[in-house]
Amino acid sequence: MITIENLHKQFGSLEVLKGINLKVEKGKVVVIIGPSGSGKTTLLRCLNALEVPSKGTIQIGGLKIDFSQPADKKAISALRRKSGMVFQQYNLFPHKTVLENVIEGPVIVKKENRQAAVQKAETLLEKVGLLDKKDAYPFSLSGGQQQRAGIARALAMEPEVMLFDEPTSALDPELVSGVLNVMKELAEEGMTMVVVTHEMRFAREAADEVIFMDQGVIVEQGRPEELFGDPKHGRTRQFLQLIQS
Amino acid sequence: MYLNNLGFISNEQLQLAQSSLLPMVKGALYYTIPLTLITFCIGLVLALVTALARISSIKPLQWIARVYVSAIRGTPLLVQLFIIFYGLPSVGITINPFPAAIIGFSLNVGAYASEIIRAAILSIPKGQWEAAYAIGMNYMQALRRIVLPQAVRVSVPPLSNTFISLVKDTSLASLILVTELFRKAQEIASTTYEFMLLYVEAALLYWAICFILSVIQQKIEGRFDKYVSR
Repeated sequence: MITIENLHKQFGSLEVLKGINLKVEKGKVVVIIGPSGSGKTTLLRCLNALEVPSKGTIQIGGLKIDFSQPADKKAISALRRKSGMVFQQYNLFPHKTVLENVIEGPVIVKKENRQAAVQKAETLLEKVGLLDKKDAYPFSLSGGQQQRAGIARALAMEPEVMLFDEPTSALDPELVSGVLNVMKELAEEGMTMVVVTHEMRFAREAADEVIFMDQGVIVEQGRPEELFGDPKHGRTRQFLQLIQS
Repeated sequence: MYLNNLGFISNEQLQLAQSSLLPMVKGALYYTIPLTLITFCIGLVLALVTALARISSIKPLQWIARVYVSAIRGTPLLVQLFIIFYGLPSVGITINPFPAAIIGFSLNVGAYASEIIRAAILSIPKGQWEAAYAIGMNYMQALRRIVLPQAVRVSVPPLSNTFISLVKDTSLASLILVTELFRKAQEIASTTYEFMLLYVEAALLYWAICFILSVIQQKIEGRFDKYVSR
């Protein structure tokens, strides 16, 4: 479903991604962990071109873009349509109700019929447990509710892949599980997911593969029981000790 | 000093105050208010275009916008009006007082309001653009549907101030012969010599107009509060 080859990203003279190769198969959940500054968020943002890679190729579904040449806008917007993004800070549109947030993409970008979009949105909101909040404005929701609305908004575009950028990092502890449950449900339904997170329990329970990144490279990857149970690299071991202590 | 029935104002003055009220109100209704409304609308469009040019990534556009804003903000409004009305005829362009005033004030509002709109657009968090792009929007869609509606809310209070300033600034149009409120006051004063009375009367009229506008301003601001926590 996703193939990344030799992906590089530079901000000025700072090289944040130093040649990433990664394959994600359809229906799999890949969790990326690593210390801050390791490039994991940048990698995720490259997948929907919120950051434009400096070189390398990204393939999602049938669409492949080589970033060695300047990418054209059409290819980038096509790439974005393949994936749904869930942000750490939710980034809901504050001037729109929950329902309006969810139908915005389908109606404005995909030009779907409004009534059909509303129906679909209501199904999605029921799924994330927010149907009763559909007419509320984001400011009146808790962080967990906002994040679940953010997930519904991304799903409404019917993406082939869902990208999560530290979706629970901004949440109060008691609100985390509601969001993680929605994500687990999605994983069980066979959604292809790439998740950057610090939630090791989620990684253990829901990931098919865990990737440890440090200093712009993938240090180690493997099934969660391998990577958590028997890490091969010193850096991985060090990181896991730090977060588990 | 006149000290009769009203204490400080004579009957003749009272009559003059009454008889001058109608021409002044007419000046306001025919010139001051239309001039304000028309120039504010044109100015806002100009301001939006200028603000977008300033934040665009196209260098020549940025520069045109910068020079325009700098030139307007760096020169007195009265001088700008004089150039348009008294200056342009000597290079063969003659413009009537009212259209000349519209051009002058619109250019002025456009420059000042563009800074307000630019700041308002820049105040919208980057995450809003990203969320818009992430659901597949292009620049124009993100701007129109997501960023501008939020920027409008931010810019209503400062734009209202611009609007109220504009009402008062239109009195400068009297100097390029637009027969607006203050010009009427000047005309009547120059024949009756009742300067104090007529200019205070004009001031009260401006005050009344601005007071009504500030009430409307509060109503508009209130309408935008529905999606913000208080």
